[in-house]
Parts: sequence; C-alpha cells; structure tokens
Amino acid sequence: MNTPPNLILLFVILFNFFILGTSRLATCIRSVALQGALLSLLPLFLHTSTFHTYLLAGGAFILKGLLMPWLLFRAIRQVRIRREVEPRIGYIPTLLLGALTTAGAFIFGDRLPLLPAHLHSLFIPAALATLAAGFLMLITRRKAITQVLGYLMFENGIFIFGTLLAEAMPFMVEMGVLLDMLVAIFVMGIVMNHINREFSTLNTEQLSLLRE
Amino acid sequence: MTPTFFTNINGLLLVLAVYLTGGLLCLISGPRARLAHPLGAATAAIASALGFIATLPALSAVAPQHVALSWPAAGVDLALTLDPLAAFFLLPIFLLTFCGALYAIDYLHFPDRSWRAGLHWFFYNSLGASMTVVVLAANGLVFLLAWEIMSLSSFFLVTHDYQEEKVRQAGWLYLVATHIGAAFLFFLFFAASRAAGSLDFASFTALRTLPADSALLLFFAALIGFGAKAGLFPMHVWLPDAHPAAPSHVSALMSGVMIKTALYGLLRMLTFLPPIPGWIGIAVAILGIIGALFGIAMAATQTDIKRSLAYSTVENIGIIFLGFGLWLFCLATGHEAAAFLALIGALLHIWNHSLFKGLLFLGAGSLVHATGSRELSAMGGLLRRMPLTGSLLFFGGAAISALPPLNGFISEWLLYLSLFKAGQDTLAGTAVLFMLLAILLALVSGLVMLVMTRLLGVALQGEPRSQAAATAHESSAVLLIAAMLIPAGLCLLVGIAPQLPLQLINGPLIAMLLPNFAAADTTLLPPFGPAWSFTMLVALALLAIIVTVRTVRRRAAGRIGTWGCGYLKPDTRMAYTAGSYSQFAQDTVFCSCITPTAASTRSAALFPPAAQFRQERLDPVLTRWFLPLFRKLAEQAYAFRRLQAGQLSIYVLYIFTTTILLLGWSIMAP
Repeated sequence: MNTPPNLILLFVILFNFFILGTSRLATCIRSVALQGALLSLLPLFLHTSTFHTYLLAGGAFILKGLLMPWLLFRAIRQVRIRREVEPRIGYIPTLLLGALTTAGAFIFGDRLPLLPAHLHSLFIPAALATLAAGFLMLITRRKAITQVLGYLMFENGIFIFGTLLAEAMPFMVEMGVLLDMLVAIFVMGIVMNHINREFSTLNTEQLSLLRE
Repeated sequence: MTPTFFTNINGLLLVLAVYLTGGLLCLISGPRARLAHPLGAATAAIASALGFIATLPALSAVAPQHVALSWPAAGVDLALTLDPLAAFFLLPIFLLTFCGALYAIDYLHFPDRSWRAGLHWFFYNSLGASMTVVVLAANGLVFLLAWEIMSLSSFFLVTHDYQEEKVRQAGWLYLVATHIGAAFLFFLFFAASRAAGSLDFASFTALRTLPADSALLLFFAALIGFGAKAGLFPMHVWLPDAHPAAPSHVSALMSGVMIKTALYGLLRMLTFLPPIPGWIGIAVAILGIIGALFGIAMAATQTDIKRSLAYSTVENIGIIFLGFGLWLFCLATGHEAAAFLALIGALLHIWNHSLFKGLLFLGAGSLVHATGSRELSAMGGLLRRMPLTGSLLFFGGAAISALPPLNGFISEWLLYLSLFKAGQDTLAGTAVLFMLLAILLALVSGLVMLVMTRLLGVALQGEPRSQAAATAHESSAVLLIAAMLIPAGLCLLVGIAPQLPLQLINGPLIAMLLPNFAAADTTLLPPFGPAWSFTMLVALALLAIIVTVRTVRRRAAGRIGTWGCGYLKPDTRMAYTAGSYSQFAQDTVFCSCITPTAASTRSAALFPPAAQFRQERLDPVLTRWFLPLFRKLAEQAYAFRRLQAGQLSIYVLYIFTTTILLLGWSIMAP
C-alpha cells in the first residue's frame, strides 16, 4: 500500500477535495497543475523505463504541469477575476457530494473484473473519483474558467486509466489524452474570449439563449 | 496491369480510389468552380466506366471474390465481396453514374467563384462510391456505413437548389423517411448478428435455422427498412417530392439505381433467411400491385413532369415487388417453373427500369432546362424545337409503356408468363388470384400508356404553351445527347436481343436465388434468339419506313393550324391541357382519394369578375396517414422540451447521472 504510485494517487484524491472546496481561482489552477504534475510521474513507476515511458511522462508533465497553468494564469490576468463568487451549489455540499462519489468509486472499483495486478490497487478508485470530481466542477461552477479546470480534472482521471493501458494500446492513450486536453483548452479559450467580449462577464449562464 | 488482374474486385478497389480522390480533389479545389466541375465529372465518369468493365465478368463467375482490410476496433473487417448478385446491381449503378456525369457537364452551370461545383461533385462521387460499397459490403457494419453515406450524399444532392423553400422541404422529408428506414435496418442487422453470432454476411447463413417467427420478424424489418428506400407503397411518400427537387441527372441516378440498392439489400437478406411462408409472398405481391396502381394513378394526375415520372417509379417498384412476391410464393409452394419466370422477369425489370427511367429523367431534364419550368402547361411543341431530345423521350416513353420491340415489353411479358404459369400450376382459389393480378397488371400497363401519351403529347406536341417553350432550342452539347443515347441504345438492344441479358442473369445469379432449380433451363423462356431478333428488326425497319414516309408527305402538304370550329382567335390556352387529358380517368376510374384538391372562386354575378382556379396534387398517403401521425407524435414528444434547459452544467449533469447509472447497472447486471 505504501508504494510510490499509491502515495501519488492518495495525493491526487486529496487534491480533488481541495479543489472542490476552494474558491480562489489561483489556488485552484495551482492545485490542478500540481495534480497533473504528480500524475505525470505515474508511468515512471509503473512501466519499465523505455523511451516511450519517458515520452509519456515528460509530455504529460510539460502539458499538465507547465503549459496549462501558464495559459490559465494568463487568462485570469486578462479577464481580472480572482474567485468563483457564487457557485451553483455551495462548497460544503459539493465537498459532501465529492466524498460520496469517492466512496462510490472505491466500492465500484472493487467489483470490477480486473487483472489480478490491478486488483485492490488505488488506480481504479482514484481514476473514478477524479472523473467524478471533474464532473462536479463542471456542474456546480458558473465561471468558464472553473469549468475548464473541471475538464482538466476530468482528463486527469482519464490519464490514470490510460497509464494502466499504456502498454496494451501504445499510442491510443497518449493521443487521446493529450489531444483531448489541447482541444479542451483551445475550445474553452475561444469560448471564454467570446463570452467576455459579448457579455463582459464570464458566466456561462448567459449562453442559454441558444437552447431552442 | 493485365486485364485479368483488373477485371475483378481489384478493379473495383481502384474504382473506389478514383471516386474518393476525385471527390476530395473537388472539395479541395474550393471556390474554383471552373476546375472542380470538369474534374468531378471526369473522375465520376472514369471511375464508373472502369467499374462497369471490371464488374461484367463477375456476373457469370461462380466463385465470389473477397477482399478485406482488418479493422480491429470495429470487431469486423472492412470487407467487400463481389458475387453475381452484387455484380447484377453494380452494372446499372456504374452505367447510370457514367451517363449522369456526362450529362451534368453541360447540364449544370456554376458561377465561376462558388463552392457549389466542388460540393456537388464531391457528393456525386461519394454517392457513386457509397452505392458501390453498399452492394459489395461483406458484413452488416460496412453495409450500414455505406448505406448512411449514400443517404446523406443523396440528401445533399437533392438539396442542390437549397435557396428554394420547396427543395428544402423535399430534402427534409427525404432525410426523415430515409432515417426511419435506416432505423429498421439497424434493428435488422443487429438482430441478425445476435442470432448468427457475427455481423459477417458469411456467418448469416446460420440464420437458415431460425425459428419461423423470428425469421418473419427479420423479414418484416427488412421489408419496411428497404421498402422505405425503394419507394414501396405506402413508404413512397418522400419519392415524389425528392426526385423533382433534385437536378435531373441526380433524379435519374436516384430513381434509376439508388433505390434499387434497397432491392439488393432485400434480396441479399432473403438469401440468408429460411424459406418464407407462401402467404407472405402473396401479401408482398398484393402490396406490389397496389403500389403499382396507386403510383400510376398518381402519375396520371400530376402536372409536374418530373413528379409524374417519380410516381411512375413508385409504379415500377410495385411491379418488381409483384414479381418478388410471386417468386416467394412459388418458392414456398414448390412451383419452381413459375418462381423462375417471376424472378427472372423481376430482375430484368430492375435493369430495364434503370435504363428507361434514367433516359426519361435525363430527357425531362433537358426539357426543364430549355423551358425553365417543370410544369407541363409551360411546355408544348417541343418536338419540333428539340427533335433529338424529343425523339429520345418518345423512345423512352415507348419502352416504359412496354411496347415491343423495346425492353419494357420483355420483362413485363415474363411477369405475365409467370402469373399464367402460377395460375396453371396452383389450385383453383389461388389461380383466380393470379388471374386477377394479371388483369390488374394489364390495367397498370394501360394506365402507363395513358400517362406517357399525356406526358409526351402535352410536352412535345401541339403548339408552345409559353414564351419559353416557343423559343426553346436543342442544346448543341454532344455529351448531353450521348448521355441519353447510351440508355436508349441499351433499351433497344434488350428489346431486340433479349437473350443477351437473360443469359447473363440466367446463370450463377439464378442459381443463388433459386437453389433447387436447374439454372440453365431456357425452355421456360419465350423463344428468344436470332429469329426473334430478326422479326423485331424487320418490324422496326417497317415502322421506321412508315414514319419517314408519313413525315415526308406531311412536310410536302405544308402546315396549317387546327380548325377552331369557326372561332377566329384560337389560343394555346384552349388546347388540351395535361389536366384535361387525364380528367376522364381521374373522374371515372380512380378512387376519389387521389383526385387533386381544388380551390376556385366562382361568381354568379351578371358580369363575372376575375376568377381563380387552382389544384393541389398532394400525396394522399402523406397528407392523410403520415402527417397526422407525426403531428400526434410531436404533440406527445413536446413534454420532453423541458429537458432542454440550455445550461451547460445541466447537460453535464445529465451525462454525469447517466454515467453513474450505467456504472451501477454494469455491476448489478450479472
């Protein structure tokens, strides 16, 4: 239980709660970046040290740990917001929901027909819990920027799954994860830019006119 | 590349590659219409010509050819199989794609800088490629994939003139109809793969051991799903709107071959299913004859030339289904001879219909192009102004009316023979039914004659009914005429030497569809051969002599106007219109449900003011059955609007709950 990967995953889960409970955007961005950076270490511990492994780890570190926070910090500097003022659901209820989904993830993870090597490890529960936390961010927050953070957490969850599959399906995982992240950043970047310009606010609720 | 290498499925892969590169190049050429237009037409024409050559030997080859590309993610291979059944449908597909591409070079005009040429030819090439793949598909997944691409590319071709409200409506109706049909096909293939264990057609032979009720379920799913595409009554409702809306070469392609891919699908499924009970065959035959009667009656009331032709397609599909139904019945009851005649008649009619309907749509397109209107009341006197197109249209009209020595006569004759043979061989009760079907088929043939004389008489003969018709002139484009000459020549060839196509069909293809029948048995067929060809040629020569002599004599006599019963200022508006020509049939023969709805303002005053009269020729099946049904459904479905919150987070919540529920379900389920 005390192996490095499990320690990393434990931190990842703790970061989930921290992000769900904090209102300061800068802290949120830093936490998500730190979570991503931690995750990028996973392949090193998990797989034999080949070029492929280093590529995966290095790529993930640069993208998740450096590029993403830099982009997001730049974004909040430009639009001058510091905190999520009024989330749709408060911080305490969100934390409780997060706790519930994490518990659910642990229960569910035990019942999956996994390889013996992955059984009773923290991988599956941590991946599911991070996915759920990403979902909760997307649902409960109003600002576009916190929603981007939700997407990133979501991607982190997928990355945990992906590291398990990295040897079975060589390029699928990297491609999927890295591309998805870039797309999320670009799309949300454009969306944010546009919302800001049109409505001079970053609240996505203003976008509901298109529903018909 | 040796001919032996090319004339098989490798050749067809090359064809697909040409279609694909052509389509993509058209797309890349962007707004440069002057580049995309000839390029797209050339690739489509080259691909289809190559395809025709590559396919021809496969029709009489016994062993199917297979090619596969592994596709691990999908669970099945990207596999194609070329066998006689596929080759039978590929030949008309390639032929009409070729003619359509030739025709469109001069028929379509694009502004110099517009995306429309590139888009049109991209979709035309993709339609050609997808029709080819539909017919070649070796498993359900490839079939459905190609089927959807085919539906979508034809949708975009139909909505070529998307600025017009009516065209958009027609496209929408087509899209809805084709997807409802596709839903049944998805059910069909996934249910079949569940029963057979794999989506591969090769494993579908396991369906032969299915219990009768599940086999029937699959059959009806196939009948509805494919029937919707084929235009089988009552699922034909999209057809009379979509065909006139499309450009004429696209109408020719869709009506001539695209809807036939549905017949292919049905035949392919029938080769997998266990023997169908006889009463189903009777039901299909009756549905077919109802569709034929309905289609031709509707065709007789239309004043839009292409809409009338579209309804005639409904009629021909009905005739083909009549043949199929008879084949199924005779197969189930063991009357092999009648089954053989019905099948070979229906198959030949599939080819024939592609030829003459392609010809008629292309010819009608030229008339529409020359007069700027699809209304028969805007034409008239066009035979004198467009002699080549006009004569080719007459030729097509004679072929579709089943007049010897043209091809329609041969296939309908075979169908009559099969009806009589079935009547001879079966018990009294069913024999009466077959005689009734024969009589109804004769009624249909008579009505086809009415429709065609009306269409051609009003459009081509008499005096011009509009300014545009008076100034119409033959196009100087050689390709336009060549594109019509090819199907016309083949119509004549099939009529004069029917043994040639019958030999091609009466080989491995018949052996596939009639397993217990000695394939080479030609004694059942009428004595086609040199004697027949000679007689027909002599008859044709006599006809030509008579026509020439009469024309020369009439020219010598000079032209004078029709005697107007003493009225001094006769006008073309007093001439017989398309509506008045079919008025008698409409009032006395047809069911009142298909008469056009009329609205008129009448005045009883002494000095009547300007009066109005207008008729609308809507499809009764659409307006009375489908539209009310869909309106009801829409009302019911209105409650679901509440789900549409318009907030991103709510949608994410939906996804989240669904994921959680699915996860829970996946561990609860054993």
